[in-house]
Amino acid sequence: MQQSTDIKPVPRARRFSLAAWRARTAWLFLAPSLLILVLVAAYPLFRTFQLSLFDVSILKFPLEPVWVGFDNYVALFSDPRWWRSVWNTVNFTFFSVFFETVLGLIIALIVHSEFRGRGLVRTAMLVPWAIPGVVSSQMWRWMFNDVYGVINDLLMKLRIIAAPVAWLAEPAFVMPAIIAIDVWKTTPFMALILLAGLQGIPKELYEAARVDGASPVQQFWRITWPLLRPSLLVALIFRTLDALRVFDMIYIVAGSQVETISMSIYARQQLISFGSLGYGSAVATGIFLILAMYITAYLVALKVEVK
Amino acid sequence: MTHRPRPNKLRRFVARVPFMIGVGLLIFYLLFPFYWAIVSSLKTSNQLFQTPISYLPETPQWGTYLSIFTTQPFGRFMLNSLLVAGGTTLLSLLIGVFAAYAIGRFQFRGRLPVYYMMLAVTMFPSISVLGGLFVLIRSLGLYDTIPGLIFTYMLFTLPFTIWILTSFVREIPMELEEAAFIDGATPTQTLFKVLLPMIAPGMVTAGLLAFIQAWNEFLFALTFTVNENSRTVPVAIALFSGTSSFELPWNQIMAASVVVTLPLLILVLIFQHRIVAGLTAGAVKG
Repeated sequence: MQQSTDIKPVPRARRFSLAAWRARTAWLFLAPSLLILVLVAAYPLFRTFQLSLFDVSILKFPLEPVWVGFDNYVALFSDPRWWRSVWNTVNFTFFSVFFETVLGLIIALIVHSEFRGRGLVRTAMLVPWAIPGVVSSQMWRWMFNDVYGVINDLLMKLRIIAAPVAWLAEPAFVMPAIIAIDVWKTTPFMALILLAGLQGIPKELYEAARVDGASPVQQFWRITWPLLRPSLLVALIFRTLDALRVFDMIYIVAGSQVETISMSIYARQQLISFGSLGYGSAVATGIFLILAMYITAYLVALKVEVK
Repeated sequence: MTHRPRPNKLRRFVARVPFMIGVGLLIFYLLFPFYWAIVSSLKTSNQLFQTPISYLPETPQWGTYLSIFTTQPFGRFMLNSLLVAGGTTLLSLLIGVFAAYAIGRFQFRGRLPVYYMMLAVTMFPSISVLGGLFVLIRSLGLYDTIPGLIFTYMLFTLPFTIWILTSFVREIPMELEEAAFIDGATPTQTLFKVLLPMIAPGMVTAGLLAFIQAWNEFLFALTFTVNENSRTVPVAIALFSGTSSFELPWNQIMAASVVVTLPLLILVLIFQHRIVAGLTAGAVKG
């Protein structure tokens, strides 16, 4: 008798609460990550937009912002140094990504084929990638030294140049030199991604092509190229995004000189070195908008590609 | 078929020669700059600034490596870098594994938006939060401190960690988790007792990549610290200055560069397969 009164029917709401309980647990588990990302990403981004509408110095704490509306953006639009930094960054991005893709593809094709010492090359590829950006910039800065640099010495020994070149002092050569450093550091990354793409192509396709008498060149254009395109595209997008944010390399090698200054260096110079938090934030917002435009264009292009 | 093997073999070998030269040039291109850093670090200032330049260290000057620790607090910078990179790695793994479990295993409304938002964070430029973060960490009293750097580094290590760990969590068979649930394990117990041992390889990959990113970071370290007490190695190497204003102490800079790079190279060589897998998975699945 007593037992039967103990067994109560489970209320309907409770019976279906497992899903709700799981959802609550999930949000609980997400909470620390979301909190941190709101603090380090969302809030500072909002603050940057907000501060770009004020005239405010970084030197006075607490801040004493003075509302100026869109004045900072008006100034930004007619600021030749800003447009110069945009041009430099686009220039840097185009050439470094171009050379990294071409070289990366060649290296990936080399490493993809069978030969003795292949493991050694694959390991060596990780070396430039693992070296910190600051360190590789300093290493190459020393190698590019006009009098005691090893690059002038090697090029003169190979009779490519007749006299030493002041790579980092000559305005025409600084940007190409910086691009060369970036190409050295980042090509292996590109090659690794393309290599992963190459390894995803089924071997049977090549065997079938060989049976049908296709030449290696035909095999490349008919099989490798179309099947590699997706990973090539993704690698290109990521590298371009990365290159548009360039800071370390140009900052170390050339400081903030006008011939090479990048968007990020210009924003930091305004924000921190000059302490104009308002105008600097407008520069930072400008960079954000340029990158957002690029990402949107890429997503649209990708949709077209998928169709 | 086998009556004339020799010319065939020879021909094949000769055909390989250009290829092998290409491979040799490639290895030279990849490794020479680091070799040059080591050679330069072992030269005296006089040997450094003399022509013709020599390609071997004639009398290796190991003292240069000692001097970077005595002429400036390089040991302190190393310790700071280790604390910042180690702290960043541990914190992102600890927090990230919960988020990855939630995203990879739980069905709830808002799961995909959260996931895509995290992806978006990895894409936008850190310069666009620099000003806002500067103001924030100053008002939190974290400016010029190591915890401050760890906190700001979450911006790039946390989303990336969650991303890698989520892909590992998804691969685990559902049955294991169901068994734990039937045995009455709480979600936290399930995560730590059942899932964690199985995603250990993912933890290693994500941890290594987070460590390397934090160890190499420059922009935030340069902006959010001023004092030598909180300076990390990349900033120290960037700000190296010599006793004479004419020529930088390149042997010391190169010695410091080698010292900061060696731990990374050792890690990379030991874990190269994991790192390559993590990098390519991250980029290809993009």
